Amino acid sequence: MKTFGGPAILLDRNDINTDEIIPAKYLTEITKAALKPHLLEDLLLDGKPFDSQSESMQQAKVVITRANFGCGSSREHAVWAFEVNDINVVIAESFARIFRQNMFNCGILAMELSADNISGLFAMKGELELDVDVNAGKLVATSNDASQEELQCSFTLNEYDRNLVSAGGWLAYADANY
Amino acid sequence: MGKTITEKIFDAHLRDSPTPENMVLDLDVILCHEITTPIAIMDLMEKGMDRVFDPTKIKAVIDHVTPAKDSKTAAQGKIMRDWAKRQNIKDFFDVGANGVCHALFPEKGFIRPGYTVIMGDSHTCTHGAFGAFAAGVGTTDLEVGILKGVCTFRKPVSMKVELTGELQTGVYAKDVILAVIKKLTVNGATDRIIEFVGPLVEQMNMASRMTLCNMAVEAGATSGLCYPDRVTAEYLWPFIKDDYTTIDAAVEEFQKWHSDPDAEYVEILTIDVADLVPQVTFGYKPDHVKDIGEMKGSKVDQIYIGSCTNGRIEDLREAANILKDRKLAEGVRGIVTPATPAIYSQALDEGIIKIFMDCGFCVLNPTCGACLGMSSGVLAEDEVCASTTNRNFNGRMGKGGMVHLMSPASAAAAAITGTISDPRQFLA
Ligand code: SF4
Repeated sequence: MKTFGGPAILLDRNDINTDEIIPAKYLTEITKAALKPHLLEDLLLDGKPFDSQSESMQQAKVVITRANFGCGSSREHAVWAFEVNDINVVIAESFARIFRQNMFNCGILAMELSADNISGLFAMKGELELDVDVNAGKLVATSNDASQEELQCSFTLNEYDRNLVSAGGWLAYADANY
Repeated sequence: MGKTITEKIFDAHLRDSPTPENMVLDLDVILCHEITTPIAIMDLMEKGMDRVFDPTKIKAVIDHVTPAKDSKTAAQGKIMRDWAKRQNIKDFFDVGANGVCHALFPEKGFIRPGYTVIMGDSHTCTHGAFGAFAAGVGTTDLEVGILKGVCTFRKPVSMKVELTGELQTGVYAKDVILAVIKKLTVNGATDRIIEFVGPLVEQMNMASRMTLCNMAVEAGATSGLCYPDRVTAEYLWPFIKDDYTTIDAAVEEFQKWHSDPDAEYVEILTIDVADLVPQVTFGYKPDHVKDIGEMKGSKVDQIYIGSCTNGRIEDLREAANILKDRKLAEGVRGIVTPATPAIYSQALDEGIIKIFMDCGFCVLNPTCGACLGMSSGVLAEDEVCASTTNRNFNGRMGKGGMVHLMSPASAAAAAITGTISDPRQFLA
């Protein structure tokens, strides 16, 4: 089974929408790879443009953010833009329905944590490294800072979503079952 | 315990329930456009699954960027065209016959009460105006829909938005839905279905109901729905007249899709619209909404009247009523795009197109155009558009641009004054 986790990037905002994750002008691309350099290109944090080309962004495998992540358009391109950038988990307080479904349909983890846990992650100092155990529903965040702070939380995945993640997505599942 | 309209539709279409929380539904209609479908087609081809479960249940259009603006959009159109031909999809609408999906498909009578509808487009919720369960999905769901005629949804959770009172002159369904989103916020209806009910909705025509349902997703909703009634039956009559003896018979049959009085809701929001004034957005989120007076005098560079929210004949009439015998303000560009060829043609017959042209507007062919900033009216950095569309996200109409969402009448008022203005001053 696929492993989940890695270095994390924190996006401190609610309601980050799909147009910010991947602007509409790239929807004419017919390969996923072409989306790679444009992930989060139009994101504003604190009203200022986010540096989507920074080193920590390049290395990130995990995105941590606040509530209602992925609202707006249905474009699965938003999920693919993460996929081609090797992001394997997005952690948020909540997700927009279509985005969350697209994530699981592609076999990528959209993990919902309580507001307290999310705040705990945001409060940690230094760069975070996450270790996710999907079967046990456990997550460990460690900081690389001198404090070596550690935060553990548990999460629950809907059984069906878990099956999609292990079956390799909805197309394979539906083709086998319907 | 009674059932909601959505629970009734789910019951009638349930194919499987892999967990108590997840339902696999049979689909009545799958709608397709050229931005999200070609990549699904390509993927199915690569996997050796280039099939469709039933070509009569698939309806396709090229609408977002049309006619093609460059080689890439031309290729997307070609993939759609070739696929429709190969798979024998008869309801395919190409250049000349095409228009904005959520205006075109209802106009063709494809959406009926009690139907299940998906599309690779978040504003698919528009079709809930007909008492159908219609939801936007991503490409993978679309592929499975095309291939197998099914889609999964979580067990439906419903809320009611009850609308009472009479709208003042100059206040429209667009103002109502902006006020609703302001109250709910962009996350207030996430994973829920909104039922729009109450005396105001009952009086609304289908165009207004579609405007309401269209923006349900801007509050996060899976879908927005109105109960099918006489207004629905009259709109659909040309398409259903062989199925029912009379309109009355259709109205009666549609009753079966109304929610039961003891159905369960997680929230009921009642809004009296009697004091509602025209609304406008001010920021980058659709719940950044103010009374128009608070934005008065704010300068605009472009006016955009069109889209699946407000590009119907009723919308063009409302705008033309204000624009008649008036001119665009100095330095302001006006763009109008009737949402479908039938609307365009009707607007020509009614002299509405002439009013727009005399005012100084550019009249576009039916297309999504500037709405998503891909063609026909993209903004430059720091430019501002008064728009009848549904999204004001950062960069939506062009990088660095600002979009203020409003009704067609308010957009017309901005066209004449060059600033955000209350349309009621022109409607005395
Ligand atoms: S008009 Fe705009 S919102 Fe409507 S379908 Fe087209 S791009 Fe989407």
